[in-house]
Amino acid sequence: MKTHVVVFPGSNCDRDVAVAIEKIIGSLPKMVWHKDTSIDQSDLIVVPGGFSYGDYLRCGAMASTSPIMKSVIENANKGVPVLGICNGFQILIESGLLQGALMRNSSLSFICRDVIIKPTNSKSIFTNKSKISKMPIAHNEGNFFASDDQIKKMEDNEQIAFQYCNENGDINDESNPNGSIKNIAGILNQNKNVLGMMPHPERAAENIHGCEDGKTIFESILN
Amino acid sequence: MLAKIHITLKKDVLDPQGSVIANSLKSLGFDNVRDVRQGKFIELEIDGKDRDTATKQCNEMCEKLLANLVIEDYSVEIES
Repeated sequence: MKTHVVVFPGSNCDRDVAVAIEKIIGSLPKMVWHKDTSIDQSDLIVVPGGFSYGDYLRCGAMASTSPIMKSVIENANKGVPVLGICNGFQILIESGLLQGALMRNSSLSFICRDVIIKPTNSKSIFTNKSKISKMPIAHNEGNFFASDDQIKKMEDNEQIAFQYCNENGDINDESNPNGSIKNIAGILNQNKNVLGMMPHPERAAENIHGCEDGKTIFESILN
Repeated sequence: MLAKIHITLKKDVLDPQGSVIANSLKSLGFDNVRDVRQGKFIELEIDGKDRDTATKQCNEMCEKLLANLVIEDYSVEIES
């Protein structure tokens, strides 16, 4: 399987993702610098977390105009799976590949802790092995927002990938860490080949992390 | 020319920072503050002389990059 990880100035989860891909998918990804202009023949492109361009203007806004993003968008439009994690999710939204917006957490504070999420759509290429899982979040702007119309369309088209929940899988205000509408933790594009999620599966991908639930995302892609 | 661009959250989008600022102003005794909306202010120096062209360009910049139209509104003012 040919995989690529895009690296921006300020990315800081790129190598964690590379390790997870190597261990779970079985081959080292090619790291692609943001100034590169093309990604040829990929089976998976990951836009990793971090603070690309120092989060200037809005998180992900600067990165979305990077030269490499044209190729990421072209590949996504051709059906290549694209996974955006945390800042990667923000970048995919800013580039127009995913809908909605990620606003400042309702608590106005940076949140770094484990959360529990459950797959709302468990049929996609990224979620077909997913179950109720524990993964860490680490963000200041993860408060997902979309208009009522957009949410309705996303629900009808099964584009909501993950929702924050408690250990029993109940979706409620107490299990919502950041104020996201409908506890949304991750969404898919219309064609279901692009996933953006705030939780970090690559940080819960081996025994030493204390939790391996994040592996299911990569195992689903392999499946 | 100088372009002044204001970017604010749309009216139906919650602004938690604005609410906190409103509370702080109230605690300072400004009891008549009803609502606070926080936003961004961007100044651009642009070459050219035609105000209409500059306005059009700034609108395009807002739509493509400076504002996120899902959650934000913008206004453009050109000074020569």
